[in-house]
Amino acid sequence: MNEQGTDKSRRRILVAATSAVGAVGVGFVAVPFISSMNPSARARAAGAPVEADVSKLEPGALLRVKFRGQPIWVVYRTDEMLESLPSNDPKLVDPGSEVATQQPEYCQNPARAINPSYFVAIGICTHLGCSPTYRPEVAPDDLGPDWKGGWFCPCHGSKFDLAGRVFKGVPAPTNLVIPKHTFLNESTILIGEDEAGAA
Amino acid sequence: MSVETVDTAPRGFLGWLDKRFPVMGLWNDHMAQYYAPKNMGLWSIFGSLALVVLIIQIVSGLWLAMSYKPSAAEAFASVEYIMRDVNWGWLLRYIHSTGASFFFILVYLHMFRGLMWGSYKNPRELLWIIGVVIYLAMMATAFFGYLLPWGQMSYWGAQVIVNLFAAVPEVGADLSTWVRGDFVISDVTLNRFFAFHFVIPFLLVALVFLHIVALHRVGSTNPDGIEIKKGPKGNKWDPTKPADGIPFHPYYTVKDITGLTVFLAIFSLVVFYAPDLGGLFLEAPNFIPADPLKTPEHIAPVWYFTPYYAMLRAVPPIGGSQFPGVLVMFGAILIMFFLPWLDRSPVRSMRYKGVLSRFFLGAFAVSFVVLAYLGLMPSTDLYTLLAQIFTVVYFAFFLLMPIYTKLEKTKPVPERVTS
Repeated sequence: MNEQGTDKSRRRILVAATSAVGAVGVGFVAVPFISSMNPSARARAAGAPVEADVSKLEPGALLRVKFRGQPIWVVYRTDEMLESLPSNDPKLVDPGSEVATQQPEYCQNPARAINPSYFVAIGICTHLGCSPTYRPEVAPDDLGPDWKGGWFCPCHGSKFDLAGRVFKGVPAPTNLVIPKHTFLNESTILIGEDEAGAA
Repeated sequence: MSVETVDTAPRGFLGWLDKRFPVMGLWNDHMAQYYAPKNMGLWSIFGSLALVVLIIQIVSGLWLAMSYKPSAAEAFASVEYIMRDVNWGWLLRYIHSTGASFFFILVYLHMFRGLMWGSYKNPRELLWIIGVVIYLAMMATAFFGYLLPWGQMSYWGAQVIVNLFAAVPEVGADLSTWVRGDFVISDVTLNRFFAFHFVIPFLLVALVFLHIVALHRVGSTNPDGIEIKKGPKGNKWDPTKPADGIPFHPYYTVKDITGLTVFLAIFSLVVFYAPDLGGLFLEAPNFIPADPLKTPEHIAPVWYFTPYYAMLRAVPPIGGSQFPGVLVMFGAILIMFFLPWLDRSPVRSMRYKGVLSRFFLGAFAVSFVVLAYLGLMPSTDLYTLLAQIFTVVYFAFFLLMPIYTKLEKTKPVPERVTS
């Protein structure tokens, strides 16, 4: 206590306690504000599975469908395309699809597919989210004589083979993501859901 | 002959007002009796020009907001509506889009002026720091605004930039979803970007106010980097004020207005004759509506972001992560905060610094321009190598500064400002 009769230490404790309670209050009030910026119930529900009809897809052609606002590719791969896949292995970052987050277990095989003829992938580059361009032609001028078909990302030059596997020395770190999917019949693919449930 | 300041209290309405609000005090402290160095040359006008452009942007932006619809379904069409159907809408939009680019041109020149004159050195560290915060707020505003036309470049540019956050280890994916409010750039993202784009400029106004308050506390510097407050006292108007100072009003107000007329002439030329400036101010792919399923052949940010974009691309992924590139990109801006303490030179201005400082400042300016060019171009092996070299030069300017400013021999600084 000083000569004016002020108890300084008592005042300090009161200021500290008030500040602490105030800070906790601000913390609590921040929760709804931060949380409201996360995807709303409607945005979360928009992720309903979609069907892709591949009966009219020509060999070598690519079909785009939209799932959760993202492009999903379905490619009808020819036998030549499938045969060319193993020759890329030494040039790939993850030829054996060992990064578990990039595909469901049933696609962790050399063709990264349930039925090797139909390749399904999310058409978003694993680098910074552009949608790579489908380049099925063999050995074009701009991609070099070793190119056996695949995807080229126009934004930052990442390259993927026809199983969506990323080449070494490009910015993208991992293979393209394969969404959960299942065949409803021979020519209809349900994207976003498999026997185990929705994505 | 000494001139006494006669205390003549204003009469009439001004007198009535002044008793209730310090009109005359504010006017005198910041205009009529704010003494700025008499030798501030051409380079000193960019700050006040930037302030004018900020006002132009706020006014034209408010008018655009009267006709713009921030929804994914309507945004692109509403911009076309402004261009074709709203009376003078094309002019409002071109003023706003041209103003954005000119704002950055002026601020880059203003910052370069600061580097030449050593305007960041003691006692102006806080003034400089507030300036860097203004620059960051400007970049945020420009980034949010660029999504609004909802063209292909808007969409994919935002997609790439928001995905930068996804590169942060552990929390990255959740963080980018939180920024977007959805799993992809969508209507939700557009809506919130519009809200931020509208409100941050008012924060900018507040920051500019703080910038000017801090400036008037420490006083304007000049090309000689001499502190006029420390020099001899007594000028034509006040025997107690710096001899090398002249009142801001009318001397610098008139000078700035002259500069403003020249600037507005150039500004109008661009608005009326080349609003897209050959694809630099408005990019061609942005005249195509956003398509979430297809990325354009070549995407690049608007020119004022490309130096940092070139740095991002120059850094290869390390350990399967893009994060190092993101760190370099943000580091290139954040390092500016430390500038006042990196410069160990005993003198402020480039006029009296040694050859090393001049060389590094020149190399820095060249690297900024070259990186801006490289960021606009598709990446090739040669361009990536060049971007890596110039990224190193950019950082060398800052990181080697404590060494070269200590090493070099400086020239003697005169007592009084030179003309």
